[in-house]
Amino acid sequence: MTPSSEAQTIQPLKWNRIRIISNPRVRYGLILMAVGYLIWSTGTLELDWARINNGLPRAANMFARMVPPSFSRWELLVKGMLESVQMAFSASFIGMVLAIPLGICGASNLVPRPVYLVARTLIILSRTFHEIIIAILFVKIFGFGPLAGILTLIVASTSFISKMLAEDIENMTPGQLEAIRATGASFPKLLLYCITPHTLPRYLGVSIYRMDANIRHSTVVGIVGAGGIGQVLAASFSRYDYDFSLAILLTIITLVFLGEFFSNWVREYLR
Amino acid sequence: MLKITDLKKVYPTGTEAISGVSFSVDQPQVVAIIGPSGAGKSTLIRCINRLVEPSSGQVMLDGTDLVTLSKRELRKMRRRMGMIFQEFNLVDRLTVMENLLSGRLGYVNFWKAYRRKFPPDDVAAAFQLLDRVGLNGYQDTRADELSGGQRQRVGIARALMQQPDLLLVDEPTASLDPKTSRQIMRIIVELAHERGTPALVNIHDVGLAQSFSDRIIGLRQGEIVFDEATTSLNADVLTEIYGEDDWSTTIRKAEDDEGEDRPEDKSKKDNSLVREAVTG
Repeated sequence: MTPSSEAQTIQPLKWNRIRIISNPRVRYGLILMAVGYLIWSTGTLELDWARINNGLPRAANMFARMVPPSFSRWELLVKGMLESVQMAFSASFIGMVLAIPLGICGASNLVPRPVYLVARTLIILSRTFHEIIIAILFVKIFGFGPLAGILTLIVASTSFISKMLAEDIENMTPGQLEAIRATGASFPKLLLYCITPHTLPRYLGVSIYRMDANIRHSTVVGIVGAGGIGQVLAASFSRYDYDFSLAILLTIITLVFLGEFFSNWVREYLR
Repeated sequence: MLKITDLKKVYPTGTEAISGVSFSVDQPQVVAIIGPSGAGKSTLIRCINRLVEPSSGQVMLDGTDLVTLSKRELRKMRRRMGMIFQEFNLVDRLTVMENLLSGRLGYVNFWKAYRRKFPPDDVAAAFQLLDRVGLNGYQDTRADELSGGQRQRVGIARALMQQPDLLLVDEPTASLDPKTSRQIMRIIVELAHERGTPALVNIHDVGLAQSFSDRIIGLRQGEIVFDEATTSLNADVLTEIYGEDDWSTTIRKAEDDEGEDRPEDKSKKDNSLVREAVTG
């Protein structure tokens, strides 16, 4: 069958790709505005090369005083480290437990609308602020030390794990829920035979990832006075004990590596 | 057994999915519900066990009106209705045995269910059903490792674990190839007849409906336009249900199928089971 000449003349000869922003004026206008803002903000923030230049010899001086790292005050180091690990572990476990009811209440396909909204608001609120800001708040309320650190990490872990859990439940195919409901199972049994098997691997994976993250965060929240190795690190910096600081940093790096290695290993095993 | 009176469902969007449906099933027969997409087949079957809440009307199962039951009473009645789904709806990460035993969830307490301690009778019944649907030895396989046909076999076994007084079957073959579809329909029909359980089967394949049902209900735009023994289905009726078309081939094809399928039925079925078991 040969194509008729009539059909050929109808075919358009030009084709343009569809742009995300179809109007070229709007498109180029937006790009211009972004570039303009970039130039303006670097200008007004006093990003000037002179200061960067002045900083370089100071950095060199600091790094020179850092080596060799000094492990002479290792008792302090070990104590801070253990405190950080304790904070990370207990906060992770408490967060894992608290995240279960919060996560279930935050799944729109399981609970009535008002419950969902309350749970989601809680999750969003606790995720709004960075750990450091929560830590500053808790240090103000409960004073210096690991209590403030643990509470900070519990808030952060709970909101993180419960958000993941809620989303995992929402992503379930409705069919499985329907099928278990159709057998006459009550809500607790629905949790047991449908939601638990579906969410358990991911829940454990996320929790272990969170434990790994908590080890990292526990070293950071100490800087604002919430206990752990971070507090020791901040103190060493302010006393210009840079060799001790480096020793602490190296230990943190080792610990974070170990934590990541452990969490990867466990998650691999769970899969 | 089952008596439905003037059942209506209007969705919140204003769509009237079923508008005043009445029929009754008073003997253990397989009733095929046919009709075009959107005719309300799925809604109808889900209104019976209230996975979809009916707007008005009565659903009497052995003298109890399901529509007015409280949540707790409804759960008790749901135990007596087994449901089989188009997408099988097995819990993927549970084993075949756990999926089967979930059919008994309405009867065991929470802790027993949690520790997977089901009564010995239930476990025995599960093994027997597994054998009956041709999945002997699959009890510890995870549901997501099965093929489509095997999954539907598990779905059937799960529904029958409830020892239901009524089977609700929603498009059991729509996700399966033609041959597996026939096997699955045969299993459903045989089990329903063996156990004297009436079955309502939504099905869009008219040929399958003709081969396997005792009675056909035709739905069109939420209303029953045909309700008679399967043998009285003809081209005029199909036109009434689906609209004007040449129906002679649909009906003839179904009869041809029947002719070629039945004689070698036994060997075919056995072969395919063995093959599925080997490749599965």
